[in-house]
Amino acid sequence: MRRPVRRPALPLGSPLQLLLLLSSFALAGYAGVRLLEGDWFGVALWFVGAAILHDLVLLPLYGSADQALLRGCQAAGRRRWVSYVRVPAAFSLLLLLVWFPLIGGRVADRYALATGLSADGFLARWLLITAVLFGGSAVVLVLRLRQSRRASKEHA
Amino acid sequence: MARTPLSPSSPFSPFSPAFWRSPLRGPWLTSVLGVVLLGGITVLFLTGLVSYAAYNPNLSPVNDKTPDKGILGFYLFSWPTSPHWLYRLNQGVHVTLGITLIPVLLAKLWSVVPKLFTLPPARSLAHALERISLLLLVGGALFEFVTGVLNVQLDYVFPGSFYPLHFYGAWVFFAAFVVHAVLKTPMALRNLRRLREESSELVSPNPAEPTVSRRGALWFVGGGSLLLFGTTVGQNFDGPLRRTALLAPHGGAEPGSGPAAFQINKTAAYAGIREADTNEEAWRLVVVGRDGRTARLSRADLLAMPLHSAALPIACVEGWSTSDQWWRGVRLRDLAALVGYDADPPDVLVESLQRRGAFRRAALRANQVADSRSLLALFVNGEDLTPDHGYPARIIVPAAPGVLNTKWVARMTFGDL
Repeated sequence: MRRPVRRPALPLGSPLQLLLLLSSFALAGYAGVRLLEGDWFGVALWFVGAAILHDLVLLPLYGSADQALLRGCQAAGRRRWVSYVRVPAAFSLLLLLVWFPLIGGRVADRYALATGLSADGFLARWLLITAVLFGGSAVVLVLRLRQSRRASKEHA
Repeated sequence: MARTPLSPSSPFSPFSPAFWRSPLRGPWLTSVLGVVLLGGITVLFLTGLVSYAAYNPNLSPVNDKTPDKGILGFYLFSWPTSPHWLYRLNQGVHVTLGITLIPVLLAKLWSVVPKLFTLPPARSLAHALERISLLLLVGGALFEFVTGVLNVQLDYVFPGSFYPLHFYGAWVFFAAFVVHAVLKTPMALRNLRRLREESSELVSPNPAEPTVSRRGALWFVGGGSLLLFGTTVGQNFDGPLRRTALLAPHGGAEPGSGPAAFQINKTAAYAGIREADTNEEAWRLVVVGRDGRTARLSRADLLAMPLHSAALPIACVEGWSTSDQWWRGVRLRDLAALVGYDADPPDVLVESLQRRGAFRRAALRANQVADSRSLLALFVNGEDLTPDHGYPARIIVPAAPGVLNTKWVARMTFGDL
């Protein structure tokens, strides 16, 4: 009498995929023990923390900021204008995200001492770039509005 | 059954597909971003390996910040001296491209974030392992980008020395990256050729009204990359171009004025160099050679030797560089000849006056010593070196990473290392 084959709780999946993943883990492990050699907890915290911070904090944060912006534009009856705020705001925040140590001045002393350069200009330049981004976006919006007004007049 | 906010049937739960409402998400957008990253990150990894080799870590323990590298140094080779802009180009590409790819990386992670909340957590063992691998992929990518971006701004808050963290982190990341690329690239290419319909778990079942097209979103990401590129790349050039690097650490004006006003990695003040140690009376260069033969040379002694010129850049691991500067000084191979290595210049260990700093001692390989453009420079651009550029004497070697061009040289030991 044949016994019924028991289905495992978790199927194996593609054997090729398994092999690839296991070899990847082996290499990651080889480098990983060296990565964790010193302050293993700190490094692991940075490694895993970076992923968690991004996926569960940064992304929801800018996602909901964008939603709030969209709702604001909708409430003002200007839904189509959202991109004219979103793009310069995102670009400005992107620059801040990348260059915050210099813009915020947290490395100002070390930077000035090491490079012989002034650490003062970064915040001012970031603010000026931000002004140009928003100002430029406003100019484009005005031009587009005039264009579409002219077009609708011609159609009328 | 009660619908709690986290239950997958509630539209307020990220575990519910209906939670993700952006009409932009879908296989096409993810595939475009993925293919860009496939190319970009491959270049980042390769230029990173090349930069690692440029330090000649196998030559001497003083060059090697990762002595446990084991098989990860399998490809190491003697770093060449030609073309003389090799390291400048490599590192400029590595750092500038890395910064340029940040918006693409962020957009890619945004485009796939619903998958983080897929239920059931694992459909199979392979799927479970793939999701663990994705933690290494995402964590590794962010770890590499964050340590790199912080290091070029001298913000050393990461837990350890930059070299081992960025190097071993790169290999952990790359292990996950390769398997991800192998598993996903065929599908991404199919998506781009539109051989498949847009039916995917990435597509929202309940999309919100769009505010921008997918193409528009791509322009948005590309615009962010262009902005970062445009405000960074200039730190690899002099004059007006450097001033376009508005937020990059070595953009803007040159330090000081006059012929020696070009970018400095570490000033004399930062390195703790005192005038009392570098003046004409106090400073002597000690050169040690074959069988312990030793020469003690003042700056005047060096000036009496045949002087040669070379036009060479300073190129830093941090991804900034200068154009060629006109250096003048004594050839390294002439110094080797002075202490008994007449025809066969060997390796050399160079020690600086500076008291701290990861590279206050650095080793150069025989091929670098033998190059006729490799100098112990005494002048730059027609004048005495300034303290910040290494007075009384500094090394300058074609194609070598900046920190191997030791400043404030005090001692040189020739011989096989």
